[in-house]
Amino acid sequence: MLTPLHKQLLNDYQHDFPLSARPYQDIADALDVTEAEVLSAFTELNDNNFISRIGPVIPPNHIGVSALVAMSVPEQQLQAVADIISAYPEINHNYEREHRLNLWFVVIASDAEHLHEVIASIERETSYPAMLLPMLDDFFIDLGFKLDLNND
Amino acid sequence: MIDTRDRQLLEHIQLGLPVCVRPYLEIGRHCDMPEDEVIERLTRLKQQGLIKRMGVIVKHRQLGYRANAMVVWNVPDDLVKQLGALISRFPFVTLCYQRPRYPEWPYNLYCMIHGKDKATVLEQLDHLVDACDLSAFDKEILFSNRCFKQRGAVYQRAALVDTRATAATQQPEAAT
Repeated sequence: MLTPLHKQLLNDYQHDFPLSARPYQDIADALDVTEAEVLSAFTELNDNNFISRIGPVIPPNHIGVSALVAMSVPEQQLQAVADIISAYPEINHNYEREHRLNLWFVVIASDAEHLHEVIASIERETSYPAMLLPMLDDFFIDLGFKLDLNND
Repeated sequence: MIDTRDRQLLEHIQLGLPVCVRPYLEIGRHCDMPEDEVIERLTRLKQQGLIKRMGVIVKHRQLGYRANAMVVWNVPDDLVKQLGALISRFPFVTLCYQRPRYPEWPYNLYCMIHGKDKATVLEQLDHLVDACDLSAFDKEILFSNRCFKQRGAVYQRAALVDTRATAATQQPEAAT
């Protein structure tokens, strides 16, 4: 169950998280609660798996290289192929989508050579061809995502 | 520019800021950096746009946003920038990228739409098509189903600390 404090932390601190020695105290001051309350609310959000983490979002390809990859895999083999792919430490997201191209994953590697090694290895291991879809241009300014939490 | 110390710092902090009274001190302990330096470096990286945002990274699915569609469009190349900028302004759009076309996959503009359910996502898409005048362009809608793996962008150690000149050029299109 989300409290009003949880909701404020979820919606108001997706960007501009305080960069100061006592950031949770700064948040507490802004929301008129105590630092201990903010710390326990964040711990609860973590424990309940509502947040993946507090941290930086780094734009793609500033550190290392990444690419979206699509594959078409027969339904009865999808779980097994997905498991093979997820096991690679270079794989970040791995999703099923409702389409002929039904497996979509993101590879992050140290450089282009490493990226191509990973793709080639995945193709060998799964025996399905991979369609490489690197980002060419990013139009999105990431300001976080406004959550409507009123029904909770 | 990102230097070796920045990379070290990002390697630690990308796993998540600890929930404790002095979290930047804690991060600094792991990369042998005083708390002040941690804060200064993060502030600079953010000002330079090398950190796009710093904050809470929410899990949409767990918070009731169960539907997610990747919508791919085939738009003329000379309109892709303009349309991309337009689409990315809508609050329900969470990503908007240009990607390469293939003969069997002619789409060049990708956007992601999150919503509480499929019907909401489709309504939002209709709204987008009307508002940006996109009805003439071919598109496909790919709803997500099972999630096999999801984590924050965890840059591999090699990517973060490897300072060798390894700018591979074999297939440069993949470097972006």
